[in-house]
Amino acid sequence: MRGNTAESPDVLVVGGGLVGTAVAYGLAREGAKVTVLDEGDGGFRASRGNFGLVWIQGKGYGLSPYARWSRSSAQRWPGLAAALLEDSGVDVALRQPGGFHLCFSDAELAEREKRLSTLQAELGGDYPYQLLDAKELRERLPAAGPAVIGASYTPMDGHVNPLKLLRALHQSMQQRGVTLVSSSQISRIAPEAGGFAAHGRNAVWRAPRIVLAAGLGNRALAPQVGLHAPVAPNRGQVLVSERVAPFLHYPTINVRQTDEGSVQFGDSMEEVGYNDFTTTDVLSTIARRGVRAFPLLKDVRLVRMWAALRVYSPDGFPIYEQSAQYPGAFVVTCHSGVTLAAAHALRIAPWVAGGAMPDELAAFPGGRFLASGQILSHA
Amino acid sequence: MTSKPLFRVLAPLAPAVADATVQIWFNDQPLDVPGGRSVAAALLAAGVQRFRATPVTGAPRGPYCMMGACFECLVEIDGVPSRKSCLVTVQDGMRIHSQEGARDLPFDADQASPHATQENAHGR
Repeated sequence: MRGNTAESPDVLVVGGGLVGTAVAYGLAREGAKVTVLDEGDGGFRASRGNFGLVWIQGKGYGLSPYARWSRSSAQRWPGLAAALLEDSGVDVALRQPGGFHLCFSDAELAEREKRLSTLQAELGGDYPYQLLDAKELRERLPAAGPAVIGASYTPMDGHVNPLKLLRALHQSMQQRGVTLVSSSQISRIAPEAGGFAAHGRNAVWRAPRIVLAAGLGNRALAPQVGLHAPVAPNRGQVLVSERVAPFLHYPTINVRQTDEGSVQFGDSMEEVGYNDFTTTDVLSTIARRGVRAFPLLKDVRLVRMWAALRVYSPDGFPIYEQSAQYPGAFVVTCHSGVTLAAAHALRIAPWVAGGAMPDELAAFPGGRFLASGQILSHA
Repeated sequence: MTSKPLFRVLAPLAPAVADATVQIWFNDQPLDVPGGRSVAAALLAAGVQRFRATPVTGAPRGPYCMMGACFECLVEIDGVPSRKSCLVTVQDGMRIHSQEGARDLPFDADQASPHATQENAHGR
């Protein structure tokens, strides 16, 4: 494996979060020589604040290629986890037992049925799910409280330890020869003969190809290489409890128990700009909803809380595109860097390396936002 | 990480400030410990080193920060699991157990002794 930093790389990846490192890791597996340019510690990092779900159910409602794309990633996740373990020695604690979306009203359950049945039809029937009434749910999740009237379940869902994932990707890509440059925020990218020049504060990096995986930073960088990525921050807040004995053996959309026993509560969505502070009202709503779902948690102590900014496109779906104006420049941006990590490493990377574009990606050009209205959803 | 104590008891500045001894139980053994201090300080003074076992590997742990930040001094006090012993004042008659791994669920707060409410009184 080549790892000599004196040689110029084949590909520059701008961004060292879950998206950039997954793509870089995949590129290194393809034999490419890669340099990852990561921002300093002051950057907004969704990769250090996310919830850790590998989640499929309900995603892609209104844009079924996203359902197919997400699912293709979930199916490749066991392979990614095994490869990361082999390359880095880090076990990311992948579990894919299926997941539950708990419902507190008949209307909510009806909405789940509409969403999942529509997706199942659009995917030609290959979309397993079950709707459970209160009794059926309690047989599967004995800890569910009396306020939970039912749930949707799909065997497609799972979760990982997201911090271990980030560490595993960083270690694995470097193990395979990727050069990581920290504290190198890129302010300008100039197309030039034979490739691109990425300008940091004190240095310039050059390569024939460049991948924009800079999260919220893609918004300003994309137009410089003929791409469009109008992403904006969407704040999520998370609570974490002390470690408790295992009680929840499946992830749910807003409560999950980690492999080490902590309980994580989340799923808030707010548009508050570049503000990643926590707020008591949102956190208490999250906590109340969690205890309503699982009343046995009412005396469990919370030990940490945080907020992070999702990288949100106007319709909530990812943006994947190679520049028509400057071929060799790619944008890769999404708000589900955990779920999609396997697709990024194993399907996006071969495309960037010169292979065919995966079929699903025709639905995700950034240009779709140049002439459309905005619909926000938890896509 | 070690559970060898990082702290030792200093001699009192004057006999007048020495606190009266209280009797507590640690893992069902009676202990006479100095009062007027935290459970963690009292247990350390009595020679206790292993306060808990970690949930993931079962490794032994003892107090590290003594100010509520590190969660290393967790013990069960009067039936309430996973309490930060450095933030609870020792009281005569307390029944304390080492915290063996993750706490159990559910925990019924109604069955705990009055000492248990002390923690909530601090707004925690």
